[in-house]
Order: sequence, then structure tokens, then C-alpha cells
Amino acid sequence: MRSGVVIFPGSNCDRDMIVAIRKITGKTPIKIWHKEYDIPNLDLIVIPGGFTFGDYLRCGALAARSPVITSIKNHISRGGTVLGVCNGFQILIEAKILPGSLIRNKKLLFTCRETTLEVQSCIENPFLSGLKIGECLKIPVAHNEGNYFASKDLLKQLKEEGRIALKYIKQKDNEKNYNPNGSTEDIAGILSNNGKVLGMMPHPERAINYLHGGTDGLKFLTNCVEQIIG
Amino acid sequence: MEPQSELLKINKNEYLAQQKSKLEDALEMGLTKDEYNLICEKIDKIPNITELGIFSAMFSEHCSYKSSKKWLKTLPTEASHVIQGPGENAGVIDIGENLAAVFKIESHNHPSFIEPYQGSATGVGGILRDVFTMGARPIALMNALRFGSPDQPLTKYLVSGVVKGIGGYGNCIGIPTVGGETNFDKSYDGNILVNAMAVGLAKKDRIFYSAATGAGNPVIYVGAKTGRDGIHGATMASAEFTENSTEKRPTVQVGDPFTGKLLLEACLELMNTNAVLSIQDMGAAGLTSSSVEMASKGSLGMNLNLDLVPTRENKMSSYEIMLSESQERMLMILKPGSEKKAKSIFDKWDLDFANIGEVTNTGRLILTKHGFEACNLPLEPLVEDAPEYNKPFEIKAIKKVLKPSDLKTNLTIIDILKIIFKNPNIASKKWIWEQYDSSVMGDTIFANGDSDASLVKIHGTEKKGSFGKGLAITTDCTPRYVKSDPIIGGMQAVCEAARNIASSGAKPLAITNNLNFGNPDKKNVMGEIVGSIKGISEAASYLSTPIVSGNVSLYNETNGKSILPTPVIGMVGVIDKVENSLKISAEPDNVLIALGQSENFKAGWVGCSIYQEIINKKYDGAPPPINLENEKKVIEIILKLNEQKLLTAAHDISDGGLLTTVCEMLFKYDLGLDINLPSNLINCDSYDPLLQSWCFGEDQARIIIATKHIKKVQLILKENNIDFFVLGETNSSSNLNLKNITTISIYEIKNLNEKTIPSMMGDQQ
Repeated sequence: MRSGVVIFPGSNCDRDMIVAIRKITGKTPIKIWHKEYDIPNLDLIVIPGGFTFGDYLRCGALAARSPVITSIKNHISRGGTVLGVCNGFQILIEAKILPGSLIRNKKLLFTCRETTLEVQSCIENPFLSGLKIGECLKIPVAHNEGNYFASKDLLKQLKEEGRIALKYIKQKDNEKNYNPNGSTEDIAGILSNNGKVLGMMPHPERAINYLHGGTDGLKFLTNCVEQIIG
Repeated sequence: MEPQSELLKINKNEYLAQQKSKLEDALEMGLTKDEYNLICEKIDKIPNITELGIFSAMFSEHCSYKSSKKWLKTLPTEASHVIQGPGENAGVIDIGENLAAVFKIESHNHPSFIEPYQGSATGVGGILRDVFTMGARPIALMNALRFGSPDQPLTKYLVSGVVKGIGGYGNCIGIPTVGGETNFDKSYDGNILVNAMAVGLAKKDRIFYSAATGAGNPVIYVGAKTGRDGIHGATMASAEFTENSTEKRPTVQVGDPFTGKLLLEACLELMNTNAVLSIQDMGAAGLTSSSVEMASKGSLGMNLNLDLVPTRENKMSSYEIMLSESQERMLMILKPGSEKKAKSIFDKWDLDFANIGEVTNTGRLILTKHGFEACNLPLEPLVEDAPEYNKPFEIKAIKKVLKPSDLKTNLTIIDILKIIFKNPNIASKKWIWEQYDSSVMGDTIFANGDSDASLVKIHGTEKKGSFGKGLAITTDCTPRYVKSDPIIGGMQAVCEAARNIASSGAKPLAITNNLNFGNPDKKNVMGEIVGSIKGISEAASYLSTPIVSGNVSLYNETNGKSILPTPVIGMVGVIDKVENSLKISAEPDNVLIALGQSENFKAGWVGCSIYQEIINKKYDGAPPPINLENEKKVIEIILKLNEQKLLTAAHDISDGGLLTTVCEMLFKYDLGLDINLPSNLINCDSYDPLLQSWCFGEDQARIIIATKHIKKVQLILKENNIDFFVLGETNSSSNLNLKNITTISIYEIKNLNEKTIPSMMGDQQ
């Protein structure tokens, strides 16, 4: 599989994502610098987490105006696959590739911890198709602005189109803080209307080794790779 | 036209900076009359304002260690694994496989009290620069925090701001904050402590140093522009606080973690070429200390044209440029001819890159501004003639040994345990830790209390059949012990740190220390400094964990009231196979054994313990004694048992004693335990002081282990003459039973443990 990881000034999960993909595919993804207009034909482009341009102005707002975004949009229009994680999700939203917005966490505090995600029933896509609907994945989050917000109309549309991919869920009935950021309807990740772009707040690349406390991130990414290469 | 009047026209600030100084100027800059006279004599002229500013920064306590130097020299700093001891930007140790760990701890106490967010953020930024200046990629951050009384309204504001600041910098730059300690005591009400530690990884043969080389080589300024922020920060850090200290807010530097990240990547990229000859970050006293130290370490000189320094503001004077503590800046000496290649790297990362002068062989620092000579100073007096004081001291130690029977109480064991876990010093710090990104870089194995030490995997050391090496890191200090007996307190901090490292399965290797004290002009405070350095030295020598870097923070007083003496020990250890590391949580059907505690162990040490404070409302008595031989034995045996894969978990006994430690080991899986008691305590009731001292005494050199291999473990312990006491086997009941005396619900205690800090911070969860 040919993959690439986009690097902006302030990206800081690029290496982690490269390590994870290499672990699965045996091949090192290419690094794509944010000033690049021309990027080769790739099976998967990942926009990793970080604090691009310091998250100044709004998270992802400056990165969304970088030259590479044009190339990513071209890649998407050719039917290409894109995964945006954390700040990558924020960039996809600021670039209007995905709808809605990501606002400050409900408690106004940065939150780094494990969350449990539930795979939702959604449109055909290369990220979740190999997993069971309702399957749970333990993957950590680490963010300040992961509170997904969508208007009623948008929410209705996302549901109708089957674009809500991942939700935070309770492990125990009385669990209160299972949703780490207060996102609407516990949304953790959404898809584009063709199902080829996924934005998600949790970091699958941080759960690829049992010493991390779990390997569900590896399971998630391995499934992506298998679905993409068919 | 007179040249000086020409200058007045161009830049009035500069004109004033080049005027001759007076004694009043020196006093205002924190120098004494004697120091001023010494300066005039040594340089054979009356310094101008800029020159005097440079002297005052170099002579400040923060840069010169003038009160503590005499004693710091007595610390053990050498061992075969030490590559670089104190005196560089950070200490360096050999960790095998051609790799080196580079680390240091540094305080940012005064700025954090004045402006908690920026103060703590720049503390993190500064310590990271110290590490990557040496050519190391930072891989972990730790912090040791001390705040005032939890019921003070200001404490909440400071905790919230400091935690946000630490997270704000570390999270953004993408280095995991993996642990540390947070404590509260009323002595820190007006003077909090924020000590940040960074650990980095470098190739052993690719370490960069600060000594300038080669007359004629270019001096390069990189990073952020220089502004008027933080001017004279080093001097502020060396003065006592008064009620008006918050007026010093403008002297607090402002951090920009984004620029810090760019600088980190650009410097490491440049260091991968062969262009860098030497490099130093601009930390305390900014361009002054970096240029002076680089030139003097290389026994050379330096000429700088300050017009070429990138500035953020107009008409800055030479004084302001030299004393500014703007963040995210570095000074480098490059190989001649490599400037173009180097500049292209900094252009890529959108950072300033300016050739501001050259190395000379004059032994002088010569600065020009607008074509005028703003400074012409010999380097030797700046570095060599900084005063070294032998301040009078008196080491006071409480010798009174409290006996359990001295403590009369109507509290039961459960009552006491609840009070312990309602104490924010003991309770879970999860509320704080969740605000730090602990998992970025993907190498974190244990963070934030999962294990006695935090543990990160060393990227790139994976082998067939192993996940590779790991670095274990901890910070420790029990200030109330140091207050009661500075020597024992100093020893205890080192021993507990080493026990923590060993309890994670790693071998303790070396120390960075952060010595936080009050005003050294007071005999008893100086006694605390001298005593704890003696204690640290003795324990560090005995355990072969030399001190390779550190920082001293004095004058931590407000309105004449001193903080508890707080010599924080940051320790680093190494484990060859991270998969063999140990957590604190026991699993079902584990046998818990207290190592270092004999079966005849009947009464616990109550003096200066959390338990004693609960009963008497105030710490009293001598702290628990330290037996270095026993400390070493317990560390060695735990490593030996773990090498044979006989252990599931380990947790050292410290604050709150044995029962507190047992509870913490049972929390994660909600386990229960029918705990064995020594025969003389079986018939006690829950109020019995002897039994309570057994539960809560703070005797040292003890670690509780959890094992599934009781017979083998017992055999090895006996063979090695280790005292031990079998506490019992864990079960799934979630009840901790002390025979027929009392039953403790682990659920209930765990709930208290988790609620204490959130409710203190007003977070209703």
C-alpha cells in the first residue's frame, strides 16, 4: 500500500502514525510537507495530530489554508482515501472537507485518557467495513477542542446518510465521563458523503502495543489497510 | 558633532545604556556595594549601564550559585556511566547501545507565582531547550509542584494556572508529560514551587557542547525575535518576595510552544549535518549568559554586532537586548562556510537566522550598537570572579523520637485511612494528569502513577523478542523530613527515588536535583541547604547514582517566611526489556510481601509521619532513620526477583505507611486481602496505637511486592538475608480485612482517593 503522512509546522503525531503504518504494512509512508502542491498518487493520506501553527486563530484554521490542502482535495475528488486524526480532523473541518465544527471540550480542560468507541452502522467505507457494528474499541484521546458540534439539520443529514462512524460509549451503566469532551450525541468520528474521508478525535496510533495498555488502535488501522488494499 | 550626541539622536535608550554607572544602579540591579567595587577593580574602569547589567546577571544567585557553590562542589558527580556531569546545559549518561540519556530539572518558582500559566509554560520550554541544545530529542517531561494550603482560594487559582501552563507547552510541542508529584503545604502559600524536568535521547557520539571554538568562526542567532520581556528575570529569581511582587509581572517571560517546536525540529535537523560546532540556549540572562559562557568555556572572546540581532520592538538598547529573556532562542557557533546550508533549514521552519558576530581570541566580550562600542569587558572576571560566599549555617535536627504510645487517639484505623485519602497530598492526582498529554510519541509505558516510576520505551531499540530498552524516571522529596532533619531528609529523597526506579523494574543510574530553599542569609536556612546536600551526597555515593545536573532556587520566602526545605531529586534508571517493567497494581491471587520489614517488626516509626500529623495536627519528632545498606539490599533484591520474572507488581512504602500502600495496590482491580498481622498485634483493637503505627508508620527501605511464585520468592529472600513479612493473598472480595479487628471497603477508599482533588478544585465530575 502506498501511503503518505502530511506534516505541517507544529504536527506532532506524524512520527507515531508513520511507526503504526509501517508496523502494519512493512512500508514506510512518505512524508508530505505542507507546502507541496504535487503529491503522488497514494492509496491513503493521513493527516496526523498536533498543534499545527500552534493552534493559533482556531485549531486547524491556518493549516487548512496550506498549499497541500489543494492537493488533498484533488486526491479526494479522484476518489482517494483520507484519514484525519485529532488535529487532522480539525483541519478537515476547517478545510470544509468534513462538516460541522469542533469546539472547546465541555469542561474547558485538555483531556488525555482512554475512551471506549463503538463502531456505528454507516455507509460503505474503507475504515470500518471489516469491523462489526457495535464492536467496541479502546483508543485514547488527547485534545482541547474535540467537542463535535453540528446543527440539528446537519445532524439529521449525517444520520440519514450514515456518516456517523464512531461514538464514545459507556462501559458501565453508571459511568458519567465516558464522553471526554461533551460532543453532540457522543460523536467521536464522522465520514464524508462518499465514505472515503474519516475524521476522528481518538488516536489509534497510540494503541498499537499491549504495553500501551491495548492494541485496539492497531486493530482499527490494520482493518483500514486491509480494506484499502482489498 | 560629538559622537555620543549623535547616538542620542539615533536611539536615546542606547545613549542612556552607554552612560557610566553609579553605585545606586548596581544596588538597584541586586548587586552589593562590595560586588560593585570588585567589578570596577577587576575591569579597571567604571562600567557603563550595559556592562553593569551583564555583570549583575552573571553575578546573580541564579547564574553564579554564589551561596551554594561551595557546597555543590561536594556532590558526587562521577561514575563510569557519566558522560557529562554538572556545568553543561544538561547532564548526560551512557545507557548502552551507543545511546545517551540527557536530562535536567529546573525551577520556575517565582515567575509561576506571579503569572502561573506563562511561568510554568516557560519553565517547561526552558528545560526542553536545555536538553535539545545537547543534541538530544526530548522524550519525556516530569514536574515537581508544591502549592500552598488547599483551603486557600489562591491555591486553586495557582494549581489551575500552573497545570494549564505545563500542559499548554508540553502538549503543544508534543513531548509526553509522564509524571511527577504535586504536594500542598501552607509554607508554600506565598511561594509555590514549579520544577520541570526533561529527559532526552541522543547518540552517545553525537552530543553537542557549549564551549566556543575557533577564532573567526561565525556566531549565529536563531529562533524567535528578542523583545523586552523577562528583562532581568534572573535577578528577580534571586530576590525574596514581598506583597508587591505581582507588580513584577512584566519580568515574566512569555512562552510560544509552537516556535519552540519549530526550533526543536530545526536544531535537530541542523545537528544532523556537520555544521554545528557549539550551541547554547538563551535561558536565564538570555544573550548575556549564552555569549559569556560559550566564549569563556572555550577560553576565547566574542564580538557581536547587536544591530544584527532580530528584535521584536524598535529602538531596543544594548542593555535590553543583552538582558532580555525572550524565549525560544539559541546561540550557535557554525563551521565557516556552512551558513548557507544552515540558513536554508531555518528558512524552511520559518525561523530567524542571523549572523551576529564572530569568535575572537581576545578573551573579551565586545558589543557594538549603531557603530558605538556598547560593551567591552574581559570575560574572566565575569565568570571566575563571581563571588563565592561561605555563609554561616547551623544544621538543626529534631532528635526526639516519638513512640506510638505518645499518640493517643479516638480515631479507628478506618477513620485514619479515610483522612489519609482525603488529603490531597496522598489522593490521586488524576484530575491534574489528565490535562497533560502523556501518550504522544507513542512510547509511554507507564505514566502518572501506574508504576512507582514513569517509564518510556526507547524508540529504535526494539529487537526480535523484545520491545527494547526503557527509561524510568521519578521525582521525589519529602520536605517535612528535611525540615526536621536536613541530612536524613536529603538521604531519604535519594533513597525513595531509587526505590521508585527499582520498583518499576529499572536500575537507578543518576540524579538531577532541584534545591529549593528560603533565604540563605539565615543561618538555619543555610543549615538546611548544607545538611540536605550532605545527605544527598552520602546516599547518592552509596547507591552509585551521581548528580549530573541540577538547579538551585533560593530566596523562596514571602515577607520573611521561608518555604519547607525542598531538595527535589529527579532520578533516571534504565531497564533492558520494557516488557519486564513493574506496575503498582496487584492482580487476583497474588501474594503480597513487604520487603525490608521483619516478622518481628512490631511498631512503626511515627515521628514526622502523615499519621502523626493527623493525630497531633502538626508534624513532630525525628523523621524515620535511613539505613543505606538496607536501602541498597532492597533495591538489589527487587531487581534480582524481577530478572527471574517472579513479580507482578511492586510499590514502595512511603507517605501514609504500609496500609496506604496496600490500598493503592488493590485499587485498580478492586481486590481484597486478609492481611496477616504480627502475633503481638492480633489481639489489638482498632484504636491501639501500636497496631496503628504498624499500619501507618513510615519506616524506610521497604517495598511491597506482588507475586504468583511465593515459594521461589521466599527461598531467594532467605538466601539473600532479606527481611520480609508475608501480608497475604489477594482475593476478589474488595474487602481489606485486618483479622477480626476491622474490615475496610476498597471501593469506598478508592472513591475517596479519586474524589479528593476534583472536589478541591470544584469539579463536580
